[in-house]
Amino acid sequence: MGIGPEVVDYVAALAKLRLDDAEKETLAADLARVLEFLEQLDGVDITEVPPTKHVIGLSNVERPDTASPCLPPGQALANAPDTDEDHFVVPKVLPD
Amino acid sequence: MAIELRGLTCAGIARRVASGDLSAAQVVDATLDTIAAGDEEIGAFLAVYGDEARQRARRIDNDDNLRAQPLAGVPIALKDNLCVAGRRTTAGSRILEPFSPPFTATAVERLESAGAVLIGKTNLDEFAMGSSTENSAFRRTTNPWDVSRVPGGSSGGSAAAVAAGMVAAALGSDTGGSIRQPAAFCGVVGLKPTYGRVSRYGLVAFASSLDQIGPLTRTVEDAALILSVIAGEDEYDSTTLPDPAPAFHDDLESDAGDLTIGVPEAWLGAGVDPAIKREIEAVLAELEAAGAELRPVELPHEEFAVATYYVIATAEASSNLARYDGVRYGFRADSDDLAGMYANTRSEGFGDEVKRRILLGTFVLSAGYYDAYYGRAQRVRTLLCNDFARAFADVDVVVGPTTPSTAFAIGEKANDPLEMYLSDVFTVTANLAGLPGISVPCGRDDDGLPVGLQIIGPALGEAKILKAARLVEQLRGPFEPAPPGRASS
Repeated sequence: MGIGPEVVDYVAALAKLRLDDAEKETLAADLARVLEFLEQLDGVDITEVPPTKHVIGLSNVERPDTASPCLPPGQALANAPDTDEDHFVVPKVLPD
Repeated sequence: MAIELRGLTCAGIARRVASGDLSAAQVVDATLDTIAAGDEEIGAFLAVYGDEARQRARRIDNDDNLRAQPLAGVPIALKDNLCVAGRRTTAGSRILEPFSPPFTATAVERLESAGAVLIGKTNLDEFAMGSSTENSAFRRTTNPWDVSRVPGGSSGGSAAAVAAGMVAAALGSDTGGSIRQPAAFCGVVGLKPTYGRVSRYGLVAFASSLDQIGPLTRTVEDAALILSVIAGEDEYDSTTLPDPAPAFHDDLESDAGDLTIGVPEAWLGAGVDPAIKREIEAVLAELEAAGAELRPVELPHEEFAVATYYVIATAEASSNLARYDGVRYGFRADSDDLAGMYANTRSEGFGDEVKRRILLGTFVLSAGYYDAYYGRAQRVRTLLCNDFARAFADVDVVVGPTTPSTAFAIGEKANDPLEMYLSDVFTVTANLAGLPGISVPCGRDDDGLPVGLQIIGPALGEAKILKAARLVEQLRGPFEPAPPGRASS
């Protein structure tokens, strides 16, 4: 299928990626080629074939509902780019 | 006293450390010397744990219990998408460059409990997305048999480190062939276990329904030994299977006369390098002469495997990589507002191939396209699983080449993503169907580059594929480590 820059813009916005014009052009061409390659799947008869949920067939694995120690706040925050006491700090949510 | 490290196996090192014939400290010193001498050219490592490894070796030498363990004093390298507490874990990406996890992967913990020494982290394609290790944000890794060629990927650093004789074993991860393909390119053994055989806890996620951790080694015995150590149920990964892992390495010998080998005709058809076809057919003929039965098998939906794989793998990747937002860990790019910070962080932090796959994955999951791509691919996946189930009703294992070509030149496919994806044509099926697969060296092409033979088994059939791989190894022998300084041919 053809894929235009507007589709790349839309998908990039969903994926929270910012692309410059050169990237958009290359990626639109790459995506178009890959999507064309994927068209072969349209020829497979999937009538009444269920989707694969788990390859080995495991389902509903449960554990006892008991409390156990979790990561202490200091360790949980140790990799954060910006923190304040026991909090992650982010830029303001609503722009001015 | 300096020892000659090249050519030692995990089983051999552990035996000699246990008997006192070698000390763990000697092994670790020799390993660090070999890496220091050879890795500038090969580029296998992103981090080497010198002091820590020496300390650990001394501890092993002074601890009778550790010295009696199955991997006593064995230096093991880890693909850098495996978490080790307090150690940089980058997944080959700028976005994780500053990240030090607070926990250790279960597979790595099990290696340590078995007496292994963690020697360092190996290079990979960013987030394990690639077939050449050229997508690493940090360095280039070369093939020890010809340094103008790629080592394969994404576990290219692990394969190159083993092939160059720097370590006897490394862990990798395999989502669509990322252990088996580099193993084939570098002339080493690479094993992808059954989905759920090894805990994925502490593995940086790429495509969660396909990812498995496994060993790269020089010998089949070492692959079996390491699998026995790392396999088994784990409370931290609810997709692990409850089946206990036997001591695979204690039961490797078998009679070719007891083996029925399925040979999919398409695997030796058009598109396969003639030298690879020649080597695989020669081994199959020798196995048949030794008593094995060869039977053609049909996998009618196998031709759709690469397309199916790239829908499912990218869909899962786009979801898994949504977590890299610059808030809790990793790299953050500046912006005045939160949405801008997310977008800047991800755009500056991810490389081109990762962006390409996130976009494709987001597209196939997006409203209006989900059923046409993702839903359809999951159904074709079921058909592929059924193909293998039918095949394994008649045969013990399925055998063919691991890759359609031997190691390609650095840069050859770097600008053609689709061409790169097609180099996974024989490996993605095992991931889609959750089956165990192993690549074992079986010959060389006319340029002296290694050829890998792939053996796929039924679910939890690791014992079968290891025994079959051992038969191939007995015919062809494990490859010695590549001599240092291999100039390009």
